Amino acid sequence: MRRLIPLAITFVVGTVLIVSVFTPPLENIERTFTLFFDIIAVFAFFLGGGNLLRVHISKLRRRKQDWGFSVVTIVGFLGMLMIGLFKLGGSGNIAAPVDETGSLFYIIFDAVLVPLQSTMYSLLAFFVASASYRAFRAKNREATLLLIAAFVILLGRTPFGTMVSGWIPEWLSIAQIPNLAIWIMNSPNLAGQRAILIGIGLGVISMSLRLILGIERSYLGDDNA
Amino acid sequence: MPLTCPTASGGSRSIRNLKPLQFIVCALLVVGSLGQVNAQSDSTILFDSAMNALAPVTSLLAADHKYDNGERIDLSWIPSIDDQPVNGKITGYGVYRLTNAGNPALIADLPSGSSTFSDDNVEPGSDYSYYIVARSAYESAVSVRTAPLSPQREWLNLNRGFLFLIAALISAAVIYFVQSAKRGKKLFVRKISGLEAIDDAVGRATEMGRPVLFIPGIHDMDDVQTLAALTILGRVSRTIADYDTKIFMPVARSLVMTAARETIKASYQAAGRPDAYSDDMVSYVTDEQFGYVAAVDGLMVREKPATVFLLGSFFAESLILAETGNSVGAIQIAGTARPAQLPFFIAACDFTLIGEELFAASAYLAGEPRQLGSLKGQDVGKAVAMVVIVVGALAATLGEAWDISFMQNIYHWLSSVFSSN
Repeated sequence: MRRLIPLAITFVVGTVLIVSVFTPPLENIERTFTLFFDIIAVFAFFLGGGNLLRVHISKLRRRKQDWGFSVVTIVGFLGMLMIGLFKLGGSGNIAAPVDETGSLFYIIFDAVLVPLQSTMYSLLAFFVASASYRAFRAKNREATLLLIAAFVILLGRTPFGTMVSGWIPEWLSIAQIPNLAIWIMNSPNLAGQRAILIGIGLGVISMSLRLILGIERSYLGDDNA
Repeated sequence: MPLTCPTASGGSRSIRNLKPLQFIVCALLVVGSLGQVNAQSDSTILFDSAMNALAPVTSLLAADHKYDNGERIDLSWIPSIDDQPVNGKITGYGVYRLTNAGNPALIADLPSGSSTFSDDNVEPGSDYSYYIVARSAYESAVSVRTAPLSPQREWLNLNRGFLFLIAALISAAVIYFVQSAKRGKKLFVRKISGLEAIDDAVGRATEMGRPVLFIPGIHDMDDVQTLAALTILGRVSRTIADYDTKIFMPVARSLVMTAARETIKASYQAAGRPDAYSDDMVSYVTDEQFGYVAAVDGLMVREKPATVFLLGSFFAESLILAETGNSVGAIQIAGTARPAQLPFFIAACDFTLIGEELFAASAYLAGEPRQLGSLKGQDVGKAVAMVVIVVGALAATLGEAWDISFMQNIYHWLSSVFSSN
């Protein structure tokens, strides 16, 4: 029964959602199911938040390695929770949105979280450099092709590309680096991406059928699929 | 009561005060307005400083939107002749609606140049009629009112008929191959090196005495990629349980946490080691994208996992996570169905499951005939896609190059079939 009910729910919801694509009166049912999911996810947040506290309090008690970070996590989590719940520092209107301009929640979000997010995101620039260095080493034929394509695209997106290939006559304009970069992006690259997307679409159909028909059950913790 | 002609200020002027030319224009417009029956009842014929009346929109048509739930009426019209891109007088259009012959209500303000509008705030069983008011800086002109129209509810969206046929064909192929596999038919599935490497990767972690890190992306359980990641987790955690290796799984969604715990617990039970399972194997971190990245990066640097699985839905964090994993010397198996993130994984990871391979992974790892059958069913879809691409490319090329209308028609038909919504 523990497995049967989730499988039955999956079958019914999956079938109804497929039918709804072709039946106008049912078209909005997807939104309703999404709403149900959001409501369930909100309740599940208590589990997540509880788990977060449990893990870090346990780490703190046992003085595990880097327990200081756990203090920051607990203080940050509970602090923001209180500030958001009681809407501290805002207009005092309990009906006001939690991220009302001028509220303490908004200030902390704006002055702490956003810069932290930006910091993490900006790390990407360094990681792109290190990954590109490894990927573009001409170890074999494919890597050499990748290197050449990347080089053309990089040059094509800069004025330097126009400068060095501007002398190429108009009848051979495809060989001008900016045009070559556009061609690489619009033809081989786009064709490859579309091929991947077609494969993904078919994979999703196949996987969805396995889930709806109950052939695939391992996500329910049932290894005897 | 003296006869009057309305003015821009909202008042009126006696026709006795009009100059001859003004009188003629006024008379023509009044006569013309008689043909525009009820629509003109609340309208005002106004004059600008040059004494040229603003022209209303013409050919206003209201049509029930096809194949919907009776929730939309489409309007179209020919813009006023005063609506010109250069030196045009029209500043915008007001769309008015009368419900069940009631009072008109303004439902939309549109910019000049507009010629269509869809009213999606209607319901079956009510009658709606519309008129458009063309506005300039000083005056306005009202169009003819449309006949009352009641939107109809359709039960089948025939626009998606071909989509239905294609989906039915692929689904039928999947079910056929599943049944064939059940009857014992041997099916060939090509080798996927990323999945072949899973046992070795977990074995490596066991030998090195380091943990395995499993990252299921940052989306929730309503994303099929997360589901695919959890199905792979089921197989991976079974191997981990057999090898008695440690696994860490930080997650960004609470529901994923509960589902992943169930999955791992079942794997440990199936391996006959339920006592080795702990809820601490899966922990919730945060829903916040870069907060999650910071926590997982920290975990990688502290715990130095020997093996990292990055399977699921990833965005900008993909490369940050993969490069950190690379820097700690972990063997990395990644997979996502987001084409934009695939190059990052290919650059930074040892093995990458590209798109459909992520969804095929669970069936591949299970090796169970019914699941493998579903993979063969996909091949029918690929065959359809290949035929359509080749025929479409040929039709477009030949039709354009030699102006063959038959080929052009084939191309347009294929375009309409595969882009209908």
